[in-house]
Amino acid sequence: MKYFGLIWHNVWRKKIRTSLTILSVLVAFLLFALLNAVGQAMSTGGATTGAARLVVVDKVTIINFLPRSYQNKIAQVPGVAAVSHQSWFGGFYQDSRNQFPQFPVVPDEYLALYPEFVLPDEQLQAWKRNRTGAIIGRDLAELYELKIGDRIPIQSTIFTNKDGGRTWEFDIEGIFDTTDPKGGTAVLLFHYDYFAESNTFGDGFVGWYTLRLADGADPVEVANAIDEQFANSPNETRTSTEAAFAASFAKQFGNIALIVRMILGAVFFTLLLVAGNTMSQSVRERIAELAVLKTVGFRDGTVLGIVLTESILIMAIGGVLGLGLGWLAAQAIGSAMAMFVPGGIVISADIILLAIAVMIAAGLLSGVFPAVKAMRLSIVDALARG
Amino acid sequence: MSEALAELRGVSRVYQKGKERVDVLHELDLDIPGGDFLAIMGPSGSGKTTLLNLLGGLDRPTNGTVTVGGAELSSMSNNQLSNWRATHVGFVFQFYNLLPVLTAQKNVELPLLLTNFNARERAERAAIALDIVGLSDRARHLPRELSGGQEQRVAIARAIVSDPTLLLCDEPTGDLDRGTADEILGLLQILNREHGKTIVMVTHDAQAAEFATRTLHVDKGQLESRAAA
Repeated sequence: MKYFGLIWHNVWRKKIRTSLTILSVLVAFLLFALLNAVGQAMSTGGATTGAARLVVVDKVTIINFLPRSYQNKIAQVPGVAAVSHQSWFGGFYQDSRNQFPQFPVVPDEYLALYPEFVLPDEQLQAWKRNRTGAIIGRDLAELYELKIGDRIPIQSTIFTNKDGGRTWEFDIEGIFDTTDPKGGTAVLLFHYDYFAESNTFGDGFVGWYTLRLADGADPVEVANAIDEQFANSPNETRTSTEAAFAASFAKQFGNIALIVRMILGAVFFTLLLVAGNTMSQSVRERIAELAVLKTVGFRDGTVLGIVLTESILIMAIGGVLGLGLGWLAAQAIGSAMAMFVPGGIVISADIILLAIAVMIAAGLLSGVFPAVKAMRLSIVDALARG
Repeated sequence: MSEALAELRGVSRVYQKGKERVDVLHELDLDIPGGDFLAIMGPSGSGKTTLLNLLGGLDRPTNGTVTVGGAELSSMSNNQLSNWRATHVGFVFQFYNLLPVLTAQKNVELPLLLTNFNARERAERAAIALDIVGLSDRARHLPRELSGGQEQRVAIARAIVSDPTLLLCDEPTGDLDRGTADEILGLLQILNREHGKTIVMVTHDAQAAEFATRTLHVDKGQLESRAAA
């Protein structure tokens, strides 16, 4: 710590140069935080083993519907405790940017599958009584300032109702919370019966099935049994965990993880060049000063440490600012992408820890050559060059 | 004058410049008593600065031994030399070599960062050193806000703040006008006479050498001596 004052003043020796370097570090870590958070939100996979809920989708693509008749057949597979269905309604509220998931569901079946959703009983009863009723999650209610009793129009991008329009109106009868700290509630649920009767595609199809496993059931065995049952049928199935389902849904938009890695790779390669150049210039223009430090008794290793710490400090300042801005941006983008990532865009502790490790590594990498140069400096030669 | 603080025995220093061998110092013997104020003069390239570097443990002899205060410098490792320099020797350069990003006070404190003194103790000692050189009122100024003479005073304060026995000055007045140079030399005289510092000063300036108690002339890597007037 006693060298911190010296290091701090050296970092700010050329204020404009340091500020620009920190700005480039800031942008790099803003992207790092944001892209990793988006990637994490959209690409989270999961092993079937140990899963509590499984999702059954069409084997070819999740865009294809599955027959509603599958529900009873799935329910009869040993190890299945409960099963229900959902369908992607693909609507938005007021503006096409306000997209979030809406699912036509069977209320009791759905809520039995998701015990983490907490809805007061009187609101559940009110929803069940109202054919055009819907319930929304707390996140959604807060996002659009919606309340019970509101009638909201949802414009579907997929389904036309029988009056020829694509605007579906729902009465908000309840607002549910979740007991899952990582779970999001930016979702609207409405009656499947209303959906089936009113859309022009007709009845008899659903998007996918979600099932809850019985206690002690082997998820792999259950998944295999379901898929085998529908093998060689017109609608073959693929059964996986909810997390894997979310990941395959996100992959409609491309290989998010690969895109994230490629962008970040390019950003950090450039960053290393920029920061490395800054540190090289900084050392080159104070050769005589470094020689003076050695002359008064600073050891080679101490000089190495001072230069490396300067480099890491620049990364840390820019990195922390970048993470802070990334957090703010995540809040905004999370709302805009609520359709794809109901849990929101979260700069998780994992991302922060990884970012800190990257800051240190990038600081070391960009500072190592100038630092070694400073360490190996010959006092006599450096002073002679003045 | 007390017994020898520094002893050079059979010291040679050879540099290799490409394929050319340059003999800077040749089998040189020198005793510097404690409390001496020695001026070393000589033409450019005669080996004055090399001699100073050897005395300060900044360079190693090709042959021979350099002993200062009983410590044989030529046998020390780099880290041992660093530790030794931090506590036993202070350096004053022609162009002051202050760190431009630090105030006068912080420049003077630099050598104390290598000690166990806490921040308050470092500040107190730096203040005393600045007081000795007459610059207490410039403690918070950056080097660019000081005159050349003031910068050299700060450099001298930095050299003495660790209370070393030996001060090595390489052309300390080479960048100053006559009046300011005389003030700096007067300050060095005070440090020698009143604070007991042993001073070795390399200079081109015969008037500067007159402030020393004796002068040695170096030429072609060899020494000749004569008493100061």
